[in-house]
Amino acid sequence: MKILIIEDEPEMLDNMRRTLEREHYNVETATNFKTASTKLGVYSYDCILLDITLPDGDGLELLAQIKSQGKGGGVIVVSAKDSLDDRLKGLNLGADDYLAKPFHNAELNARVKAVLRRLYFDGHKHIEIGNMVIHPENREIIVDGDQIEFNRKEYDILMYMITNKNRLVTKAALAEHVWGDHIDQADSFDFIYSQIKNLRKKLSKSNITVEAVYGVGYKLNIA
Amino acid sequence: MKLLNHTSRHLSVLLLPLITLWAFAFYYAMLDEIYDSLDDGLENQKVLLLKRLKKEPSIVENSDFDKHVYTFDPINKEIYDNFKESYHDTLMYMYNEEDFEPVRVHESAIEHHNNYYKLKIITSMVEVDDLAQDLIKYLIGLYILLVVSLLLLNNFILKKIWKPFYHSIGQLKNFKIEKENKITTLPTHIDEFKLLNETISKLIKKSSDSYIEQKQFIENASHELQTPLAISINKLELFIENNPLDEEQTKSLASILDNLDRLTRLNKSLLLLSKIENKQFLDEESVDFLELTETIIHDFEDLLAHKGMGINFESNSAPKIKMNKDLAIILLTNFIKNAIVHGQPNSEIHISLDNNLWSITNIGLPEALNQNLLFTRFRKIGSNTKSTGLGLAINKAIANKYDLELSYNFNDLHTFLIHFD
Repeated sequence: MKILIIEDEPEMLDNMRRTLEREHYNVETATNFKTASTKLGVYSYDCILLDITLPDGDGLELLAQIKSQGKGGGVIVVSAKDSLDDRLKGLNLGADDYLAKPFHNAELNARVKAVLRRLYFDGHKHIEIGNMVIHPENREIIVDGDQIEFNRKEYDILMYMITNKNRLVTKAALAEHVWGDHIDQADSFDFIYSQIKNLRKKLSKSNITVEAVYGVGYKLNIA
Repeated sequence: MKLLNHTSRHLSVLLLPLITLWAFAFYYAMLDEIYDSLDDGLENQKVLLLKRLKKEPSIVENSDFDKHVYTFDPINKEIYDNFKESYHDTLMYMYNEEDFEPVRVHESAIEHHNNYYKLKIITSMVEVDDLAQDLIKYLIGLYILLVVSLLLLNNFILKKIWKPFYHSIGQLKNFKIEKENKITTLPTHIDEFKLLNETISKLIKKSSDSYIEQKQFIENASHELQTPLAISINKLELFIENNPLDEEQTKSLASILDNLDRLTRLNKSLLLLSKIENKQFLDEESVDFLELTETIIHDFEDLLAHKGMGINFESNSAPKIKMNKDLAIILLTNFIKNAIVHGQPNSEIHISLDNNLWSITNIGLPEALNQNLLFTRFRKIGSNTKSTGLGLAINKAIANKYDLELSYNFNDLHTFLIHFD
């Protein structure tokens, strides 16, 4: 999988590159409009992360260029503005997703995977992990041939953990992803623990474990 | 009391003693003039009588006022020598009035062929009580006339003169800096008003400018903070993942991450506040508060379960409010979240909704919160370190935007209310 990151902030770019390289993607970068435009003209990418505030041009124009070329590949607009306007404009111009800075690495990873999954499996391909099979289109989870019922939140937690398997997912990142922005001021993320406990019970027959990391977050491992 | 009526009131009070004083002065001056002319007339009569006496000596026989307006009374030489001419008032029976009326009397002593007489001449006098009565009547009339014309003058002329002033202060009364409405002043020829208008315009412009500048500063600052925050958070996350760390190290780094997340939330809240105030939420729709409340309660069920709390939602109508959906969600979410976060564990939260009111009640600290500071920025309740202190300020900004009224009351329970009209 080839990914292009268009981001003018070098350290931000470095973080994103390293996060995605851990997932074994082939990552290329561009730090300005011109380079990005040239690269987009020559190569095609499976996923493009596009910061729309570039020093020498409007990122949304790049988006228009990508879409007019019709090469396929998903586009995630990244912005520090988090303005409704940008979000709508981006999505109207054909972006697949919108990610507001700052974000957690786990979230970036999840968004990229979701875009790639939509593009290449059309949302229909099942996911196999250990002795578990997941059918995302109808949220079905089968362990050793037996279907296990997961409620919406348990399913969301599991999918997020699977997307970030073998990586530390902090409680804050998990809470934000599963419960949304409104939960972020809750006085503690302790309430996540009871959800994880339920999840572990349901995963008891699988060879997937959810390990607590020093009370900081969780890590999904496959035995 | 209005300025116009204020001056009218003062003037009418001041007029009363002025007119009274003037009345006394006028009355006595007039009386003095009357006496003067009467006395002149009496003296003239005396001269005429003395002339007539030379031709017609028999008039000295007249000693009664029944026939003439004069009398001669014989006196001796001694009295004649010491006699002093005088003018005085006395009463005399008047046949036409059938009453005693005041008359003016002139007494003098004369000598006629070595006989001495006291000469008394009378003339009818002005009736002082009638004069005073008339004077009072006319003065009351004058007073009323003055007050009425004063009022009319104030109302018609002064009102016109003061119009630019009232126009300006009327605008000031309705001025809200966050609404960005401009102040217009009426042209005027009066220097004081000109100065006032110029000063108002200048002050308003200055305040508006710094208000806009401040709003933009907060928005820009928040934007600029996003990228360094993002870099720090992501770097730390990568560091934790890529390095073998023991528990203590991991926890220290996690604590830094937590604080960065807090900073992010704070920053996002500030940005949201600026965006609401900078009118960046334009699209509106009819938001069903019943449905919205139910959805948000549902979103919080895990947090509620964790604190052993429950929400009792009671509604008898489903009011629809025209506003931005995202802001409506934020408004209700903030209230519900506050009730859960600051609520006592294992207690019940009560939400009620009808056509005019949405209210939420919870058991919390056993003391009332400060009404005046509640909806201001960075007002934290208790020692909750995760709170940004901006939730209620955001709610206030949303409420202001849609002319909703927020209120709070405490009677052992904390209640927040949204008034829809």
